Amino acid sequence: MNIGQLPLADWINSGIDWLTQFTGFFNGITNFFQAIVNAIQWVFDLLPVWLFIILVLALSYWVKRDGKKWGFLIFELLGMLLIWNLGYWRDMTQTLTLVLSSSLIAIIIGIPLGIWMAKSKTAEVIIKPILDFMQTLPAFVYLIPAVAFFGIGMVPGVLASVIFAMPPTVRMTNLGISQVPGDLIEAADSFGSTSWQKLTQLQLPLAKSTIMAGINQTMMLALSMVVIASMIGALGLGTQVYFAVGRNDAGSGFAAGIAVVIVAIILDRITQAFNKQAHH
Amino acid sequence: MTKVRVEVKDLTKIFGKQAAQAQKLLAQGVSKKDILAKTGATVGVNHASFSVHDGEIFVIMGLSGSGKSTLIRMINRLIEPTSGQVLLDGQDITKLDKKQLREVRQEKLSMVFQNFALFPHLTVLQNAAYGLELKGMDLDKRNEKAKKALRLVGLNGYDQQYPDQLSGGMQQRVGLARALANDAEILLMDEAFSALDPLYRKDMQDLLLKIQEQMHRTIIFISHDLNEALKIGGRILIMHDGTVDQIDEPEAILTHPANDYVERFIEGVDRTKVLTASTVMNHAHAVNITKAGPRVALRRMRDNDISSIYVVDDENHFVGFADADDVADLIRKGSRDLRSVLKTDVPSTHPDTPVNDLINEISKTPIPFCVLDDENHLLGIILRGSVLAAIAGEEVTE
Repeated sequence: MNIGQLPLADWINSGIDWLTQFTGFFNGITNFFQAIVNAIQWVFDLLPVWLFIILVLALSYWVKRDGKKWGFLIFELLGMLLIWNLGYWRDMTQTLTLVLSSSLIAIIIGIPLGIWMAKSKTAEVIIKPILDFMQTLPAFVYLIPAVAFFGIGMVPGVLASVIFAMPPTVRMTNLGISQVPGDLIEAADSFGSTSWQKLTQLQLPLAKSTIMAGINQTMMLALSMVVIASMIGALGLGTQVYFAVGRNDAGSGFAAGIAVVIVAIILDRITQAFNKQAHH
Repeated sequence: MTKVRVEVKDLTKIFGKQAAQAQKLLAQGVSKKDILAKTGATVGVNHASFSVHDGEIFVIMGLSGSGKSTLIRMINRLIEPTSGQVLLDGQDITKLDKKQLREVRQEKLSMVFQNFALFPHLTVLQNAAYGLELKGMDLDKRNEKAKKALRLVGLNGYDQQYPDQLSGGMQQRVGLARALANDAEILLMDEAFSALDPLYRKDMQDLLLKIQEQMHRTIIFISHDLNEALKIGGRILIMHDGTVDQIDEPEAILTHPANDYVERFIEGVDRTKVLTASTVMNHAHAVNITKAGPRVALRRMRDNDISSIYVVDDENHFVGFADADDVADLIRKGSRDLRSVLKTDVPSTHPDTPVNDLINEISKTPIPFCVLDDENHLLGIILRGSVLAAIAGEEVTE
């Protein structure tokens, strides 16, 4: 018996072809994403290296409340100086731009989605498998339609990062809100609070640290996308790694790779410190 | 009889998807167990009816799984009733839409929870002011009211602390303050003191009674602790398996249990705290001093096989107490006036005195206590034997 191969690839292609006719819609998204990217990059380009370093140190000093902050500040200072010394400064700010803009978009979309999941069983049942799909589908696969819809450059890179990095924020928001003890919800109800009051005065404040942990993961996942995003023209440290791979230049590859690690550690510690600060 | 604040009529809750079918079976008199087997639905509360009067502490009493928590939650509709009515000052709560329900919850009903349910991210003061904030009261005014409520429950100087910095008992004071600050006339207290250790629980019960003396709220109090129910309850509703067994005053529950379940339920209770002098007293043999002389008194004693007799006046006021020997002497001397041999240094007590407070003295004093009301009327006497019988759970017989 001969069963023909299922033309799944053809279906998806024709689906994507059909979608590309909505140029206006995709241009709108492109422009919106581009505006966010440009604004962040503009700020970074405006700041001289020394001022940027001071601002990062000041932010770390302010958010880090525990005793180990001086060690971390020295690490930050040395790390950023190393990146500057290696000539990766502009690449680093581009990487930061990619990470921050995709995380920002992921949070703006992700938190409401998470809230919706926590409030509605139906939404949860529908969104959960989509999140699994977004996270497990190999990230390279997004790149192809991303280029088809958004061309080459930062924007498709941001979009692919958003898709890959958003699930933790959605999941953790859902988790944080669902974990608010039932008797507190009952107490809020028994005193006659509205759904909105319950959300803003009780559920979100109590879910804050869980949501922050999700945001932290989102940023780390976005950072892990920088090399992949560089393949479709998103500039930054990822581009340097990608080029080094192409030239079989292990030294440059590692140098750029270490710069990514430094950025990752700084972002991770600062967002975690924000989280700790959230407790009274 | 005072005004009825809360009236519950045929309130029923059935959990599960086939509630409608289960309800039909329930109406046909099918048992809870069979309904569960047939439909998979659980009968939480089965046609409960009762009314709570203004200013009363009404205790709903039952073991876990009896449906008492479901019942109290239907009163403010944290749980939606399957059928039946809850009338609050005549207004049917079950018919309200969401907005009206919120208003009723803000204005009329406040709840105190077993595990305190304080908001961990808010200070003690903010917690106490929570209900007022929902009402839209401005910050200064609600803080002032919340502080007043906190003082009332005996919490001074903890305003800026967070709940997790307080002990369990203090947390529940905050819970109580949050409910009181709201000025809601009806308090729903769901096992409010059950999570506290015994010593603190007693303090809180006393506090509640003290506050109630000043505030005269209408309180519906859930408990699984019969001693607690007997201590604070004006009336007690005993339920099991979702059905109401008995609604009565504490003493009546102890002396006249409505069915076998209640009887078994009250077996272990410390009766001395609940029973009062008036429940354990016996009929006092007395003679009226204006009508009876020594001879009548002596004959009465002989007829009843007693060695002394109480003497009262026309209006049954206590006058004194006479020994058989003294009366016999009097007759021998030919005197007709009992007054000369009357003793007045008899131990006496008020009818509302708990037996617990009397036991010690009764065991020490050979002559019986006489029970006198505020106007000095002789109501009865307390014999050691009948105290023991009452503690053992037997009815006091004449």
